[in-house]
Amino acid sequence: MKRIWRYIRPYTGFIVWTMIIKLMGAVLELLIPYFMEIILDDVVPRGETPLIFVFGGLMLLASGGCLACNVIANRMSAVSSGKITLAIRHDLFDRLQRLSARQMDTLTLPSAESRLTSDTYNVNQLLARMQRLGIRAPILLLGGIVMMLTMDVPLAMVLIAMLPLIALIVYIVTKKSVPLYKEEQTVLDRVVRVLQENITGIRVIKALSKTEHEKERFNEVNDELMEIDRRAGFITAATNPLSSLVLNLGLTVMVLIGAYRVNGGLTESGVIIAFLQYFVMILNAMLGVTRIFVMWSKGEASAVRVADVLEIGEDMTVVPVPDAPAGSVPHIEFRDVTFSYTGIGANIDHLSFKLERGESLGILGPTGCGKSTVLNLLMRLYDPDSGEILIDGKDVRGIDGRELRSRFGVVFQNDFVMEGTIRDNIRFFRDVPETAVLAAADDAQATEFIETRDGKMDYGVAVRGNNLSGGQKQRLLIARALAGDPEILLLDDASSALDYKTDAELRRALRQHHGGVTTVMIAQRISSVKNCDHILMLDDGVPVAYGTHDELMAASAAYRRIAASQMGDGEVGA
Amino acid sequence: MAKGPINADPRVYGSASAAPSFSKEKHSRMYLIRRLWQYLGKNRLLLALALLLSVSSSLLSLYGPKLSGEAINAIDLGAGRVDFDTVFRCVALMAGCYVVSAVLGYLLSAVMIRLSKRVSRQMRRDIFESMTRLPVSFFDRFQTGNIISVVTYDVDTVNQSLSSDLLQILQSVITVVVSFAMMLSIAPKLLLVFVFTVPATMLFTRFLANRVRPMFRRRSAKLGELNGFVEEMLSGQKTIRAYAREDEVLSRFDGKNREAVDAYTEAEANGTITGPSVTFINNVSLTLVCVFGSLLFLGGDIMIGDLSSFVQYSRKFSGPINEVANIIAELQSAFAAAERVFSLIDAEPEQPDAADAVELTDTDGCVELRDVDFGYDAEKTILHDLSLRAEPGSLTAIVGPTGAGKTTVINLLMRFYDVTDGAVLVDGRDVRELTRASLRRAYTMVLQDTWLFHGTIYENIAYGKPGATMEEVVAAAKAARIHSYIMRLPDGYNTVLTDNGTSISKGQKQLLTIARAMLPEAQMLILDEATSNVDTETEEEIQAAMRELMRGKTCFVIAHRLSTIRSADHILVMDAGRVVEQGTHDELLRAGGFYASLYRSQFATE
Repeated sequence: MKRIWRYIRPYTGFIVWTMIIKLMGAVLELLIPYFMEIILDDVVPRGETPLIFVFGGLMLLASGGCLACNVIANRMSAVSSGKITLAIRHDLFDRLQRLSARQMDTLTLPSAESRLTSDTYNVNQLLARMQRLGIRAPILLLGGIVMMLTMDVPLAMVLIAMLPLIALIVYIVTKKSVPLYKEEQTVLDRVVRVLQENITGIRVIKALSKTEHEKERFNEVNDELMEIDRRAGFITAATNPLSSLVLNLGLTVMVLIGAYRVNGGLTESGVIIAFLQYFVMILNAMLGVTRIFVMWSKGEASAVRVADVLEIGEDMTVVPVPDAPAGSVPHIEFRDVTFSYTGIGANIDHLSFKLERGESLGILGPTGCGKSTVLNLLMRLYDPDSGEILIDGKDVRGIDGRELRSRFGVVFQNDFVMEGTIRDNIRFFRDVPETAVLAAADDAQATEFIETRDGKMDYGVAVRGNNLSGGQKQRLLIARALAGDPEILLLDDASSALDYKTDAELRRALRQHHGGVTTVMIAQRISSVKNCDHILMLDDGVPVAYGTHDELMAASAAYRRIAASQMGDGEVGA
Repeated sequence: MAKGPINADPRVYGSASAAPSFSKEKHSRMYLIRRLWQYLGKNRLLLALALLLSVSSSLLSLYGPKLSGEAINAIDLGAGRVDFDTVFRCVALMAGCYVVSAVLGYLLSAVMIRLSKRVSRQMRRDIFESMTRLPVSFFDRFQTGNIISVVTYDVDTVNQSLSSDLLQILQSVITVVVSFAMMLSIAPKLLLVFVFTVPATMLFTRFLANRVRPMFRRRSAKLGELNGFVEEMLSGQKTIRAYAREDEVLSRFDGKNREAVDAYTEAEANGTITGPSVTFINNVSLTLVCVFGSLLFLGGDIMIGDLSSFVQYSRKFSGPINEVANIIAELQSAFAAAERVFSLIDAEPEQPDAADAVELTDTDGCVELRDVDFGYDAEKTILHDLSLRAEPGSLTAIVGPTGAGKTTVINLLMRFYDVTDGAVLVDGRDVRELTRASLRRAYTMVLQDTWLFHGTIYENIAYGKPGATMEEVVAAAKAARIHSYIMRLPDGYNTVLTDNGTSISKGQKQLLTIARAMLPEAQMLILDEATSNVDTETEEEIQAAMRELMRGKTCFVIAHRLSTIRSADHILVMDAGRVVEQGTHDELLRAGGFYASLYRSQFATE
């Protein structure tokens, strides 16, 4: 809770008011039996009928006041805890969005999700309930103790001596249960993961008839969740019986000591009777307080998980770099770049190339050779281990991430298609004018299929783009990349699902309407890259060939081999 | 009690029905209670034990004060005359009593925890079971996060109130009954006050419950929507960063967040009116009892002692009523959550196999589509009058521009969807006469969208063949040309694949799924753009293995690289849901139609 204190602080004033109103309600509530005692003990014996109505009226007034105070305070507690949660979630989502790919890998997606939803929910509930229950019980507890102290100090001390013991119980239980609740949330992450995998992999699972296996897998984590849930429950459930036992035993001792004191003439039996009354009150208050601690354990575990994410440091900050040299510089330059995802074996090994503005680069190479990594580095989703990546002569590490990325239009492999209209997917949260959307769709060869859909641009794309074919998704994504009128266009195998004809038309449109755009294009087909100004062949992270199509046809055996295999018999080099 | 007249038709909450629900029906409270009871009923023994424990601990807690009273009587004899024998006996009994009551209290909680966690587990299990029976189309419609929200949040909400509230209601009912009897015996006339206030409480509680239930429903739904949004956007995090759209997505998130928080606050603010309101009604009744009691006393109708006891009992009486009223408000959130839980459990499953469906065994792999019409929406036909016959062991290639309906054909073959008209036949038998599981087992499938789960590489490859040995897995990986990559990973085949799998490329993922497909023995094989992200050289390298994989099997291949399908026995050229041409590669080239132009465009120099 400490670590999310800064979210609570702006509302402390508001919360204090809530507490005060709640307190007023509690006082008014206590006045009701007080007035009643007056009626029964003083007024009735004296037979003053009008006063009965007066105090009766006061009782009604107090009841009304109590109602008003509690309703208002409860509403206030809901409002402030809601606002705090709103702010926490906002920051948490923001932080999660900006996590680097590496950080997200460590955190894992299901865990990120459940922190954002279930954990913040727990915190919200805790905050609201703390405010609702957190004032009355301690006040009654304190009041009861004070009353006892005014009546008989030694006897009251018996009870007070019990309090540290109860505090100890609460402390131990909390200390033990917070880690358990934290673990419970971790297991919940795993439950979420299995669910997620089963939803996204539904076709494969059904096709392989693995339903039973998946059920078992789910049952396993489900059982685990129940187990940890139960363990946490068993521990926290001990709080109530244990603390009432301690208090009750204190009561017993008090009766015994009271007996001696009465026998010795030090106190009266009436005091003991009164003590017994207060005891019930204190016991109830005590149980209320321990209940708060139980709630706190769960909320605290969640708060810690939330804070853990909020406190993850930025791992790719903007660093000072030398300014771009004067004069003409290449648009994009890789200078002896080496990079590894895991630190074991290089995924990019001493790569250098230069692209002038408006030039295009095609990257070819076997699966896993590091083609996509080049794009990841260029967009600064990762930082190179050594070497430099320059845009307009400036190291990308020195450019603000948002500014850097706003220059790109990019399509990743099997990229993200979201639920929403086709237009939403093309605009992708940007302020793109309708004409640009239509033009981009045209250039991406997407108009043809969009026209066949009901509502055209307003056609609803299903979750994960499930109602579009692979090729339609790709064209939609290319339209998205073009719609922002980017300076640099990155296409990672973006047209693999397109038939050759459409692919060729796409390339023609790109040349005609986006000729000034510097393009980096990863492809499997030579036909896709043969017209690029430069072609880079990677193998296992190592640049093995670089040049134009004609140069490579002349110089690279590997390139010729691929060309031969793709172009079919005797049609090579047409 | 006061679960209230149940006839209130929940359909009147039109406003809340805007929230998406997994199935169409809405349920009455009675229905929900019945369903919840089914879960509790499965644990009758625990339930009986809980009841026994709660009654005995209640009795013991009544016995304690009695003992202390006795002790005080013994003390009350005055200084020097205290009856210590009695005091000691009482104190000893009290201590024993409290210990036993603490033990019982703990046992009771333990039993309730056991019970409620079991119910939670059962609910989650049932939801998952239901999910496995749902048609593929269901998951194409609902956001993953929203479904997950039901399993995590809604199940939890139901059980939180189930475990604590149920017991509370029981105990309260006992106290109410006892107090009522006592009051009846003391001053029946004063009970007239309650004739007023008790119905008032009940009516008010019911009124409030009806008012807040749609709010709680909205709270559940909005939280589900938030989850759905979060799940979707976090899965697209890389793209959002690439487009530097974090701020815009964040503001979109803020909207959803605000809606969820507002729904929560509204439900909370209104739900918490119940407690203070019922307290208010009780205080009014107390005032009335007090005032009228006093007047009765003054009129000589009752004695002062009676009045005092009556007041005591009436306070005892109202306490539990108050409690129950509070719980009923809380139950509204449980009902709203239960509704979502049950609507997911009851979501319409895949049409069950026909009663007389037979297992498909030893198929020879003859597949036929006969005059098939199909559309995902009833109004919109995607496939028109499609016919196709694949002989056992043949290779059928399906080509055509994107969106021509190729993947739809696969959906029909696998029976992820059923045809609207016409029939799909395997071995001359309508697939609807076969069990789905056996039909799907007869196929092996590699899809364009690779799906790998959080597990080791070994587990991922062996997924289709339980108990596959490491040798088999390695052989498959070698054939799929992914072995050497795996060996370079720090943990080799035991490397756990992570979500983003940053260090593994899409092409490598495809190779892994191809390796996976090599293990199971199936008579039919479907390759839907199985190598679209694999470079052509690697693709060529795995051709041998692919041919091996395809040997003797009836194969369906979708590919854009026409070179990979040149050797097909039969090529089906599709456009806009219709077969426009079919034949062998050479025939189609000679025909000089659609296929020929597609093929030529592959090598066009532009």
